[in-house]
Amino acid sequence: MKVSNVPFKGTKEQEAKLLEVIAQYKDQKGALMPIMQEAQEIYGYLPYQVQKIISDQTGIPIEKIYGVATFYAQFSMSPKGKYVVSVCLGTACYVKGSGNVLEEVEKVLGISDGECTPDGKFSIETCRCVGACGLAPVMIVGGDVYGKMTPDMVAGILAKYE
Amino acid sequence: MKSLQELKEIKEAKQDQVNIRFNPDEAEAAEKTYILVCGGTGCTSNHSGELIDKLTQLIEDAGKNDDVTIIQTGCQGLCAKGPILVVHPGNVFYQEVNIDMVERIFNEHIIGGTPIEEYLMVEEVTEGEFIPYVESAFYKDQLRLALRNCGRINPEDIDEYIAREGYEGLAKALKEMTPDEVIQTVLDSGLRGRGGAGFPTGKKWMFAAGNRGEVTKYVACNADEGDPGAFMDRSILEGDPHSVIEAMAIAGYAIGANQGYIYVRAEYPIAVDRLKIALKQAREYGVLGKDIFGSGFDFDIDLRLGAGAFVCGEETALMTSIEGNRGEPHARPPFPAVKGLFDAPTVLNNVETYANVPQIILKGADWFSRYGTETSKGTKVFALGGKVNNTGLVEVPMGTTLRQVIEKIGGGVPNGKQFKAAQTGGPSGGCIPAESYDVPIDYESLKEIGSMMGSGGMIVLDEDNCMVDIAKFYLGFTCSESCGKCTPCRIGTKRMLEILEKITDGRGELEDLDRLEDLAKYIQANALCGLGQTAPNPILSTMEHFRDEYVAHIVDKKCPAGVCKALLNYIIDPEKCKGCTKCARNCPAGAITGTVKQPHVIDQTKCIKCGACKENCAFSAISRK
Amino acid sequence: MADIKVTVDNITVTVPEGTTLLDAARKAGIDVPTLCYLRDTNEIAACRMCVCEVEGARALVAACVYPCTDGMVAHTNTEKIKEYRRKTLKLILSDHDQDCLACKRSTNCELQTMCKRYGIDKSNEFEGKRNEFVIDDSSASIVRDNNKCILCRRCVGACEKLQGIGVIGANERGFDTYIGSAFNLPLAETSCVNCGQCIVACPVGALYEKDSTAAVKAAIADPEKVVIVQPAPSVRVGLGECFGMPIGTEVEGKMSAALHRLGFDKVFDTNFAADLTIMEEGYELINRVNNGGALPLITSCSPGWIKFCEHYYPELIPNLSSCKSPQQMFGAVTKTYYAEKMGIDPAKIVSVSVMPCTAKKFEVGREDQSASGFADVDYALTTRELGRMINEAGIDFLNLPDEPYDNPLGEYTGAAVIFGATGGVMEAALRTAVEVISGEELINLDFTDVRGTDGIKEASYTVEPLGEVKVAIASGLANARKLLDMVKSGEKTYHFIEIMACPGGCVNGGGQPHVPSNIKNFVDVRAERAKGLYTLDKNAKLRKSHENPIVQQLYKEYFGEPNSEKAHHVLHTTYVERKVNEDHE
Repeated sequence: MKVSNVPFKGTKEQEAKLLEVIAQYKDQKGALMPIMQEAQEIYGYLPYQVQKIISDQTGIPIEKIYGVATFYAQFSMSPKGKYVVSVCLGTACYVKGSGNVLEEVEKVLGISDGECTPDGKFSIETCRCVGACGLAPVMIVGGDVYGKMTPDMVAGILAKYE
Repeated sequence: MKSLQELKEIKEAKQDQVNIRFNPDEAEAAEKTYILVCGGTGCTSNHSGELIDKLTQLIEDAGKNDDVTIIQTGCQGLCAKGPILVVHPGNVFYQEVNIDMVERIFNEHIIGGTPIEEYLMVEEVTEGEFIPYVESAFYKDQLRLALRNCGRINPEDIDEYIAREGYEGLAKALKEMTPDEVIQTVLDSGLRGRGGAGFPTGKKWMFAAGNRGEVTKYVACNADEGDPGAFMDRSILEGDPHSVIEAMAIAGYAIGANQGYIYVRAEYPIAVDRLKIALKQAREYGVLGKDIFGSGFDFDIDLRLGAGAFVCGEETALMTSIEGNRGEPHARPPFPAVKGLFDAPTVLNNVETYANVPQIILKGADWFSRYGTETSKGTKVFALGGKVNNTGLVEVPMGTTLRQVIEKIGGGVPNGKQFKAAQTGGPSGGCIPAESYDVPIDYESLKEIGSMMGSGGMIVLDEDNCMVDIAKFYLGFTCSESCGKCTPCRIGTKRMLEILEKITDGRGELEDLDRLEDLAKYIQANALCGLGQTAPNPILSTMEHFRDEYVAHIVDKKCPAGVCKALLNYIIDPEKCKGCTKCARNCPAGAITGTVKQPHVIDQTKCIKCGACKENCAFSAISRK
Repeated sequence: MADIKVTVDNITVTVPEGTTLLDAARKAGIDVPTLCYLRDTNEIAACRMCVCEVEGARALVAACVYPCTDGMVAHTNTEKIKEYRRKTLKLILSDHDQDCLACKRSTNCELQTMCKRYGIDKSNEFEGKRNEFVIDDSSASIVRDNNKCILCRRCVGACEKLQGIGVIGANERGFDTYIGSAFNLPLAETSCVNCGQCIVACPVGALYEKDSTAAVKAAIADPEKVVIVQPAPSVRVGLGECFGMPIGTEVEGKMSAALHRLGFDKVFDTNFAADLTIMEEGYELINRVNNGGALPLITSCSPGWIKFCEHYYPELIPNLSSCKSPQQMFGAVTKTYYAEKMGIDPAKIVSVSVMPCTAKKFEVGREDQSASGFADVDYALTTRELGRMINEAGIDFLNLPDEPYDNPLGEYTGAAVIFGATGGVMEAALRTAVEVISGEELINLDFTDVRGTDGIKEASYTVEPLGEVKVAIASGLANARKLLDMVKSGEKTYHFIEIMACPGGCVNGGGQPHVPSNIKNFVDVRAERAKGLYTLDKNAKLRKSHENPIVQQLYKEYFGEPNSEKAHHVLHTTYVERKVNEDHE
């Protein structure tokens, strides 16, 4: 499970909303999952700070909450950026150096695979073959496909999304 | 809050307009036109919502609001041909409808009165003669009990459900039957769990009913349908949610529970929405809540959303999840009927099982038990998918053969390919080979041929499917969905998957087959829960019926179906190659050499089998072998 | 419950209805193998080592949780089952680092024992991907090496169920499952209280104490240092187990002999400080009762409990006794009174304790625990670490003579030695308080109401002129939570409460020798070890703390009287409020 190191930017409004949700469920049996589901609706993901609020309010150990969060595929510990940058690590792209492209993306954005930039603009994902082997290596930014990538092209392409 | 009398009045008022959709003969008498637009998940993702918007606009513009009514229904079944639009009166079935077609249908058919032949399901027009779609091959041999209302009524309107004898089963149970009589009826009907294992439903209820009195009990519904390729339960919830709600209330009365939970996948947003609407309406009408029909019986239902874990379909895991924990199964005994949700006696059935209950109570055990086979009564809904023409949802009596389902209802395998096997039971089931095409399907017979009923996914495979690859796919699925609690499943499935990967990568040895079988039998016997115990089934059944394919991968280092990439070679036919160099330029691995206008050659040691060369060859000179 | 007949491997036994197959088999003299099962702590049927055949059952059953029915016929040991168990072991090994030679648990590892029992060879039949982990040694007390973890979850049960804390649990799922803290936080950054119950629960080498033996050995080897050692009461009934002696064997004399042979300059006894604690805490109680101080007064001997209180019940911090624990009092006295008296520079004293406890390792580093300006105690060893040191030194422990402890700080009364059992501090305090308050000699010294291994105990005594004194005792932090919640809600009121972090008290501390689960599941280890302490008490010449002559001398020469200003400076401490979940970026 990728845990984000993007600074937490929760607002007072979000917190108030979460507290309201917790108050509403608190006395119900088995309330943890519904609370977590609504918390993820409110914040988009479940970082430490959000799980801490749930733990502090309900008295449920934060490890238990984290254990639940990492068990179910639906819960995410990492925010997604406005633009998702995926670099194909399928065999064809890989042998053509997509690993270097990924490294460059990480360098330019200052984050690792699975993370999101502090301004929330970009997040990086790797993916398996996207079926565009003729264009290898392939990078996709916010749905736009870029083929025959070299590391020196990365900065220029990402700059277009500033 | 509605009294029984009020419900009866609602039924009478609504009955006519609902019945014409079920009975073509009555349709002629209809004064209004009804357009049923499928709002199941399949058709919705094919933009059926836009069709409704467009139609609404057209009706509005034509000032036909009083004459034409649009009804968004649940799944019609024939998902392959969606979006689907049915016009009553006339039983006219339009398939693959798009925005442009809607306008023509409205003008020529709705206004002009002439159905548009070219948009119809092919079989509707036989030798120039128009037949109602329910007589078509896809629908004709089906027997729709669980799906009786799906695709025909508006699931967001409780009145339409009431018009279809809705909540009459509950009323009969509460007013005319003792809880024990309810249980006896379910027992006598022979209804068995539709979630996979086929445990007699009445027995489950009987166990949970023991020691009535002040004990808190629960009724739960398993709507965490997680098999890849299965969507029966989703369709029922989307198309007829009240049937499940009514059944749960009946179960509550039978065992003495006042609270129900529906655990439904969060990945089913439409089903969740319709359930929420249905629950709200049911409470408004007083068919849920305090003192239902003045009987003194209280019952209500809470909705709980799953969060993406296949194992939560296992009953003990599901209940652990509702309690707010990691969805890890625990050992039985204690069984849920004794110690289930929040440690209270609990009845847990799946959606399709419940959908059968109201009619069984209303029409009696004999009505139900005359369908099906000796040991398996009633019908089974299958989600037909894979290499078959009519992918979609079908419901047939137990005992129907695979051939009937796939060849007649499903329309056979497309593109003239050979049927190779049908996979049933999802990750817990197995592959049924062509030799067993004529075995009547029921719980026992499927088990005998190494598969299982499962929840009802039926994936058709043809000659282009590699059975080793299929086995690997399912095991990969269970492996990633294993909860990680017990040793055999956590580590055992991983090791089996590694062996399968070794075989499909061309590194397999014959001893690997023994190791696979050995591990498979060990996991079946030792895993903690049903997920683990059945995880090896797809491997064992493919090894039994398609052992030669495994051997081909291991000994000949070939994938006969041409699926396993590592075992394929791309070869340039020197006769056909013109030396255009396009393949070499497109090869990401630099594996192709050759001079201009001379035949090129692929260096197999460098080739990564991506297929880019074959795609780019303008002379079909490159083949995969 | 009615009795039923069960046949296990052709032997018919009579057991109460509902008995598990594991227990019925034990009654028939059969040891069904288990790895994940720990009675009352972890009953999850996950490892599958205990699978057995029951005639008529649809599938194999897990003996550890399977309830017997009348007339049931079970087979625990068929060739097929043994082959399955071998496979289970091999699968576990395929995701285990198998670095047995370097493992702290080698020779008392339950996985190793099981592999030997089933003849597992080095074939590594199921070799494949292995999960690899970074060792977490952030905590002052506990090290986690998940490369050895077999995911039995006994530690999770100990943390969550016994202790009611739950800072560790299962994360992720499937093959990626691992035991850890939320967001993989280092243990030191969680609300872990360092009790070490996870360690004593662990069947393998995945959890162990932070090693202090190297530092202690270096200090002994340093001629400049005066190395003083103090073993806690419970160590003397645990240490023998490291050398194969029966559980709870009392080895006080041999331990002294061994400590001398290891080269400690002075071998004293924490028991001395236990008597001192009673003086300070007893007078603190009397003062609070007389002066309207915060009541109930709650004991402060158990550093696991102290940290638990700081995290989870910060509002009760005023109720905590300000007394340092006996370990710390002892260290403080050594480096002040004793150093002055002997003319030793406290900078040269290395104060070592041997404790049944891992939380003591954390306690030595706490704020406000250095009366002399130097840490009161420098190193806290566990019983297990001392066992390893003795073993390494080649000392033939079993054949050592009994030797006395050194003077003057080796003197103790019977009241001190029972500190190791739950209720012991309470009983010792009562002996002194009753006599001091009433001014009359106490004849019957046995306060049996406060003895025994029940998780929560309560009693009330009439002590004139004070009237009724109500006391309660809890051991195990889940029990402490229950008791404190009743106190907080006003449901119960007490004058004095004893709380020990570990269930059963220090005899069952996180630093005590490992007892394999196939013994622990059937023998009450806590009671066996406590027996030795109560025998020592019974046979002691002096059994009331205030009668300890050296303690009396200490007050005369140094502190003046209990709770004096000087005593406060040296023997008392302060606490800090902590959050359950710290703020993290």
